[in-house]
Order: sequence, then C-alpha cells, then structure tokens
Amino acid sequence: MNQEPCPSRLLVENGHLVDPSQQIDRIGRLLIVDGVITAIDPSDGDLPAETERLDAKNHVVAPGLVDLGVELREPGFEEDETIQSGGLAALAGGYSSVLCTSNTAPCIDSPGAVEFVRQKAARAAGVRVHVIGCLSKNRDGEQMAELGLLAEAGAVAFSDAPRSVPNDALLKRALDYCRMFNLPIFDRPEVPDLANQGIVHDGKTALILGLKGLPTEAEDLAVARDVRLAEATGGRLHVGPVSTMGAVDMIRRVKSRGIEVSASVCPHNLCLSDQELRSFDARFKVHPPLRSERHVETLQQAVADGTIDVIQSGHMPRSREKKMNDLDLSPFGAATLETTLASVNTYLIQTGIMDWSTAIDRLSTAPARIAGIPGGTLQIGSDADLIIIDPNKKWTVNGNQFLSRCNSSPLDSKELSGQVIMTLIAGETKYQAQAVPN
Amino acid sequence: MSSLNPETTPPIDFPQQWKRRHLLDLESLSAEEITILLDTAQKFKSLTNNCKTKVPLLTGKTCANLFFENSTRTRNSFSLAAKRLGADTVEFSSSGSSVAKGETFVDTAKTIEAMGVDWVVTRHSTPGTPHLLSRELGCSVLNAGDGPHDHPTQGLLDMLTIRQHRGSIEGLTVALVGDIAHSRTARSNIWGLSKLGAHVIICGPPTLVSPRWTELGFEVAHHLDDILPRCDVLNLLRIQFERQKARPFPSVHEYAALYAMNGERMKKAKEDILIMAPGPINRGVEITPEVADGPHSVILEQVNNGIAVRMAALWLLAGAQPSN
Repeated sequence: MNQEPCPSRLLVENGHLVDPSQQIDRIGRLLIVDGVITAIDPSDGDLPAETERLDAKNHVVAPGLVDLGVELREPGFEEDETIQSGGLAALAGGYSSVLCTSNTAPCIDSPGAVEFVRQKAARAAGVRVHVIGCLSKNRDGEQMAELGLLAEAGAVAFSDAPRSVPNDALLKRALDYCRMFNLPIFDRPEVPDLANQGIVHDGKTALILGLKGLPTEAEDLAVARDVRLAEATGGRLHVGPVSTMGAVDMIRRVKSRGIEVSASVCPHNLCLSDQELRSFDARFKVHPPLRSERHVETLQQAVADGTIDVIQSGHMPRSREKKMNDLDLSPFGAATLETTLASVNTYLIQTGIMDWSTAIDRLSTAPARIAGIPGGTLQIGSDADLIIIDPNKKWTVNGNQFLSRCNSSPLDSKELSGQVIMTLIAGETKYQAQAVPN
Repeated sequence: MSSLNPETTPPIDFPQQWKRRHLLDLESLSAEEITILLDTAQKFKSLTNNCKTKVPLLTGKTCANLFFENSTRTRNSFSLAAKRLGADTVEFSSSGSSVAKGETFVDTAKTIEAMGVDWVVTRHSTPGTPHLLSRELGCSVLNAGDGPHDHPTQGLLDMLTIRQHRGSIEGLTVALVGDIAHSRTARSNIWGLSKLGAHVIICGPPTLVSPRWTELGFEVAHHLDDILPRCDVLNLLRIQFERQKARPFPSVHEYAALYAMNGERMKKAKEDILIMAPGPINRGVEITPEVADGPHSVILEQVNNGIAVRMAALWLLAGAQPSN
C-alpha cells in the first residue's frame, strides 16, 4: 500500500437531512469518520479534533440513490456505454449503488461474466455496481441459468430484463427455486404476442400518427401472471418498470391481500405523455413507452401512495448512431441516470405530489431493501454513501453534456429543478458538480 | 421563370397567404391552405389541358424522388408533375442503393440534397420520416406517403376530384371503407375532408377501425349496408396485406361479402354516388369490375388530378416565402 489516507472527519451541517429509513426529515448535522456515519446531530463538544465542516444550508442531504436496473452495456455494446461511463453518469445523477442488467454480450449467465463486471467496476468510476444474473441460460427463456453459482459469484438478483420471461412455467420454477437463496427475481412484464412489435403507446396519438401501438393489456396480462406466480410460490418477485393503470390496479389488489411483491416505475412514465411523439423524434422512443396522461397521473399517485415501491431510472443507453434514426429503426432507450432525481423533484416534489422523504424512499431506501444490498440509509454505523442536493437549482437538460455515452434523453431541452452537488461513497467525494453555465 | 416570354407567361398569381416550404401532412394544414392547394391545382389543370402540356414555371429547378418503398403511380405522377413545370427530376429508390449498404435514410437524403435539389419527394414505411427530413434538409420536403400516417397529395387529389363533381366538399357525406388501420390515404382524407366541412364515416371491421376514431369526433361504422344509402362519396381502400402481420378477418371471401362494392350494393346507393379508390385496386376484394369500370367510378380522374395536385404543391413550396 503506497498511501494511507488520512482519517477523515467530516461534519455535514445545516442541511435538510432526509432519511426515510429512520423517519428523519429535518435540519440536522451528520458526522462522518473514516467513511462511516458515526453520529447524527452531535454537539460541538462531541466532535473529534480536526473535523472538517461542510455547510449544506439550503441543501438536501440524503442517502445515495440506488437503482434496480441500469444497462451498463459492457461487455459487448461499448458503443452505447461502458462500466466506466455508466458509472460516472450514475455518480452525477446521485447514485451510490446500481444493479446492472444481464443483457450484455455475452450475457451474464455464468459466474465468469459476473466476475468480469465486478472486477471492471472495482477499477472504474467508484459507484457501487451489483450484478443481476440472467434468469435463463443465454436469456433465451427456456432453461434456468445456474442461479446458485451466479449467486455464489455475487449476483444479487435474477432477470432477463428488459425482456420479459415469456415462459410461465420457467418463471414459476425460478421463483420457487430462488427461495433457497432468498434472492429476488425481476420481471419486466410484457406479453410479446400482444406487444406485437409496437413502438408507442396504443392510444389516440398512435392512431393519428399511424404508429404501431403497444397495447396496455400486453403489460397488464404479464403483471397478472407474475403476481399470481409470486403468490403461488412464495418467491420474491419484483415487477417493473410498469407503465399502465391496469398494472397499478393489479399490484394494489395483490398487496392488499398481503402478498409480498414490489414494483417500480421509470421517471419518464411519471413526467411525459405520448403526446411528445407528435414530433416523431426517436428520443421519445423509450421503454416502457410514454403513455397517455391518464396513465401518467395514475402512476404518479401510485408511487406517491406506495403501491409502486420504487422509481428506477430505466437507463437504457444507446449510441447516437443508433438513436438518430426513424422511429421504426431506432432502438428503445435513453440516458436517464443524470436526470432522474431532477425530474422527480420537478414533476413530483415541486408539484406537491410527494415530499422529499417519500421521494428518497422510492429512489434509495426501498430499492436497497428490495435488492437486499447495503445503502439507502444514514443510520449510524453505515457507510457514508450520501448525496447533497440543491433542490432549487434550475438547469436545462442537454444530452450532449451527459457523462453517459448516450446523449438521447426524452427530457432534452426541458428545464428541471434540482441538482446533485456532491455524491459521496464511503465518505469519499466521487462526484462534485461543476458550476453549470446557464 | 425568366426564360419565358412575358406574353406567353400563364396568368397565375402566387397566393401570398401561402407560407409553407414543406408538405408533410394534411392534419397540420388549415382549411384555407387546403383550399389554396386545390384552387392552384385546378388552375394548373386548365393551364395544361388536363395535365397534358407543359407550363414551364420552374425551369432550372430539380426534384428528387427519394422512394424507400415501392411505388409506381405516385412516383411517376410526381415526376410528370415536375416535368410539366419544366423542372428536372432525379430518381432514387432504395433497392440496390446505399440504404442496402447500411446508410441511414437521413444520410442518403443529405447526399441527394448535396447534389443540388430544390425538393425532395419522399416515401418511407415509417411514419414521421418526412418530418425528420424537413428538420435535417435545407430544401423543401414533400411527403409521398409515410407508412400508415399520411399521404397529403393523395388526400388532395381525392378532394379535388370530389370538388370537380360536386362543386364543394362542405356538407357531403363521405365514407372511407376498408383497411383504415394501415391506410395513410384514409388519414389524409379524414383530416382534409373534415377540415373542409364534410361528414366523414370510417367504415370497416373492428379489427381495422379503431373505436378511438369516435373519441376524435368521427362516425365509425362496421356495416357498409347500414351507411351506404346516406353516402355521397365512397372511397374504397385496399386491404394492405403487406402491412398486416396477422389476418384481421377470417378470409378475403368473407371480407368481400361484407365490404366489396358490387352491383347489388350500388342499387342501395344514391343515384349520383361517386365511387373512388386510391389504387392499386384489388378487383373482387373491395370493388367488383362492374363498379370499378361503371359510370359512377372516377378512379381514372383521380389519377389525372394527381398530376395537377402535385404540380400545385411543387410550385407553391418553391415560391413560399418562409414566415418562420
């Protein structure tokens, strides 16, 4: 070891502490020693010698965000994103931990593939990367991958997302089998035959524009199947991202019966409607698709009241040359890590739909709990993974300034409020905002 | 224009209200703009002896036909329209072209534009591609059909044909019958006709006619026989088998029984009903030969009007002084 880092003692003071895991939502101070949170609201007399002070006045101080499904695209699709570039984008968006999806090439269906991502991530930007292993061998939806060996290698969940598990019996078997590892299965719900290669929400906008529609029932039926299989097996199931009123209705009903399922939604489905497609711009070709305003409002309420547990970024980076095509040829996808927090602030918090504590729960505490990973809390004794947010800072989204390799954003050129000023991982500053030219 | 002898210059004034440089769809046009297009087309039709002679107003300009989807009639109609106006044409089709070599259609269009063209006429299987090109290119863009979205000159030529027979569109009842789901002609007609005051009925099996059209204010019908006696015009749309993944009705036989315009059905129609079809027609599916070739059919007039409408569109776009 060529260097011994100085034992850091940092007091973050005057900030608005938001930690739903401890029901903290007030002005307070936080002491970090050697990368660990050691005290909340210590008196000046209790501070160790040479404690640095960070004034967080008018800022929100919260646990770092946790994402349940980021596509890092490496190995195989480095033109879209790499573990390094995706990691930087995550840090800039306020994420301290991300779960990366299994749809790489080769896909993450072997212990070696899990190991590759973990090693690369350890050398990369500094965001904590957890690996989602494939649910099926080759992601072909036929045979279970070696889930036990993937778990041993470090996989924290299993999924073929963004592809749905098309085979009912396979999903049931996997939910059943995974109980012995107590690991969750994530399913992105969609019945392929009903989706029928649609590209936008099957509503009035698609009708007028002559675009192939993705009907809501393609998602509703898959959610119904998923939650029923979770009930039948007692396995841990997370469905998402969901985007329809039907999905919300189904999830609300099974939760009211005490069945433990969880669900997530993407920020673009909380902010934008399918009206945006009127421009025919492929940056609005996202998955799940932008839906009509009634769905958007229902999803907003569902994530506010807890029917939907998690807001996940839905980061699906695709390179410029792939996205700068017509609506048929352009792939689904967008860079969302760097806009999720600000879009939640702008469209949900500032509009009064939810408060900061609820937002941080959906973005940090709940996803950490569902994935069974550390994070999502400012509890004494936990690693100091935290973010400092200026909730009133206004900025205009410009995909060309993203740290992600993907510059396509459905929010491009929209003005958002709220900027991540610092992202700390185990007390170390891994990201600090540049002064944004406005 | 300067090459013309002033004494032989045809008497046609540019309508100063026309500001558009692109013709992308009929949905975004006002009734006034549609009327300007139709009036101009009518003038060109008489100036050129029913589109048979030239009126060289646009000598020295070049029209590029950029067709990424098969077309015979529309492409030739645009070419003839450009030539009747004295312009040159350049033809591009996707088969054997750079698109097959992996070039994106935007790059292909930019390449053609760089050769110095004034209009790009484009057809593509994906909705919105002309809109995309209009943002990427400096020249005028004309939509010659973008997937099932819009086909503005087809809608205009249908309206011009109706107007020639009835004097006005307003107050007429026009039924669009058939494969609405996959039809750009249907959408162009729906917007154009309704803007000019026609009552539009959208008719076909529920698998091809979305109930959402009702929410948008249009009458939807599933039984042709029920609405036929009320119709002044029938526009019979072809079943687009090539765009359908799964057959939306049990058989062509059943479809023809329910929707084909035949001699029997003609007896229930108004005496002066106009029978239209955008073509190509499938004889025996949506229309029987006795009707297609009968006295009410205006199918070939539609084709001739297509040239007039396209001349009008090219001329108006070339002369527009952009306001924005």
